[in-house]
Amino acid sequence: MSMPFGYVSPEQEMRDKADFARKGIARGRSVVVLQYENGILFVAPNASRALHKISEIYDRIGFAAVGKYNEFEALRLGGIRYADINGYTYARSDVTARGLANLYAQSLGMVFTESRKPYEVEIVVAEVGEGPEDDQIYRLTFDGSVADEHGFVVMGGVAETVAGRLKDRFSQGMPLHEALDAALAALTEPGGERPPVSQLEVAVLDRTRVHRKFQRLAGPRLERLIAAASEGTPPESTATPGEGSPLEADDGDSPATAPEGDIDTGSSD
Amino acid sequence: MAAQRGWTNNLFLDTGSTSFTEFLGSYAPGLLPGRFESLAAPVGDLIPHATTIVAVNFPGGVVMAGDRRATSGNYILQKDMEKVFRTDDYSCMGIAGAASTGIEMARLYQVELEHYEKREGRELSVEGKANRLSTMIRGNLPMAMQGMVVVPLFAAYDENRDAGRIFSYDVGGGPYEQTNYASIGSGSLFARGALKKLYREDASAEETVLACIQALYDAADDDSATGGPDVSRRIWPLVAVITDEGFRRLPDEEVEAHVRQVLETRMANPDGPTAPLR
Repeated sequence: MSMPFGYVSPEQEMRDKADFARKGIARGRSVVVLQYENGILFVAPNASRALHKISEIYDRIGFAAVGKYNEFEALRLGGIRYADINGYTYARSDVTARGLANLYAQSLGMVFTESRKPYEVEIVVAEVGEGPEDDQIYRLTFDGSVADEHGFVVMGGVAETVAGRLKDRFSQGMPLHEALDAALAALTEPGGERPPVSQLEVAVLDRTRVHRKFQRLAGPRLERLIAAASEGTPPESTATPGEGSPLEADDGDSPATAPEGDIDTGSSD
Repeated sequence: MAAQRGWTNNLFLDTGSTSFTEFLGSYAPGLLPGRFESLAAPVGDLIPHATTIVAVNFPGGVVMAGDRRATSGNYILQKDMEKVFRTDDYSCMGIAGAASTGIEMARLYQVELEHYEKREGRELSVEGKANRLSTMIRGNLPMAMQGMVVVPLFAAYDENRDAGRIFSYDVGGGPYEQTNYASIGSGSLFARGALKKLYREDASAEETVLACIQALYDAADDDSATGGPDVSRRIWPLVAVITDEGFRRLPDEEVEAHVRQVLETRMANPDGPTAPLR
């Protein structure tokens, strides 16, 4: 049986697309989303103050993404529209993370199968509930698959290594400063230096807030939190500080999709 | 399914402008308030009307207060209506005129401000917010000509000036920035007269709240469409204070304490405080 020239089997095409998307995503830094005592914490090392990786979608819903900026920004804007139009048509409480995750899954799945280039993004949609058991965290990958996560999620470059480190430190119901400490420790190479406040994008969905639960933490407030966090933990002394780049893992444990190329700040590719 | 595809296409590929109203106009125009061609006949007296709102600046903020009555012709339709709406953390609007259109406009305006903020990662300037509202009022002009008049009052805290600011409108839009104090609605003339005598430039937030309650009392005294404090049902005016700490609607107990104080002085002096002649 002869194949037409240039034939690519669907399996091969999907595999190629998936590899392509995975590589693109792994090029960026990791983003950590985890539950804490009063809600959900988002932490992203991000040198840019203009291009956000974390955003508010609606009263109780937050968004975090890694990958190509223009692609996840389009998803973010679409999500805000979806939320606002539903909240306006029905009631504010009728806007849910589940509905939004479904919409994203549809859109990502369609782009993955129908366009030549899949989106190189991975996103988290999180909704804070009345209590920790009502919190919802959905993780969506480039092909439109949805995972319902509990506790914490790590995505982006070296996600598995970071997740491994976070797993050791994470516990349910941590206060904010401890959760932030755990996230920063997970994002930092053992012995490496933690990213400075100016290179961090941190936000919370705080269930104790009224109206809109989303709040960015920056400047002095973040500095105080980090100071409180580091008091509880002795500095690591297993390796020489400054050895290697703090955020780009390059050790033997890194997964097959280890970072290649420059860090994706979203400004260009 | 085709509808679903069109929807997602619009949502994700056409990122459009920062205005939620514009997006709504192209995506679901039926949801926009008051964009019908025109009504067959004037309905002015048939639909509920919201009445008096006052707003007063004080150093570092602004107070807005409204009575709780909605009327339709000579009927009182609702005794505990809420006509002052928080539009974002640092602003609020009060509505007078057709209640239904007004409430819908406030809801849309709320989303409009929030939509911009979420998209752009910054808040609109106070002037930007005031201008946006004026466009929405102008959109309602054909309905206003048939009696569905909505005239809001907009108040916001301006962090660049560390001061409150008040904007009023007419049926064609506006905005007209007001210094010190403003009032709208059927009882607004009486309220304004009261505020003219009660306004102090150096008043505290609490004194300003008291001045607003006095003004609303005077409006209710002379205007049948404005509701006074309902002691037996414990319905008090709705009072909001906006400062650098954001929007705060005073809890009922706090308003009640102020109202009881006003009532007590009015028992001895029904016309309320008098201003010095010289």
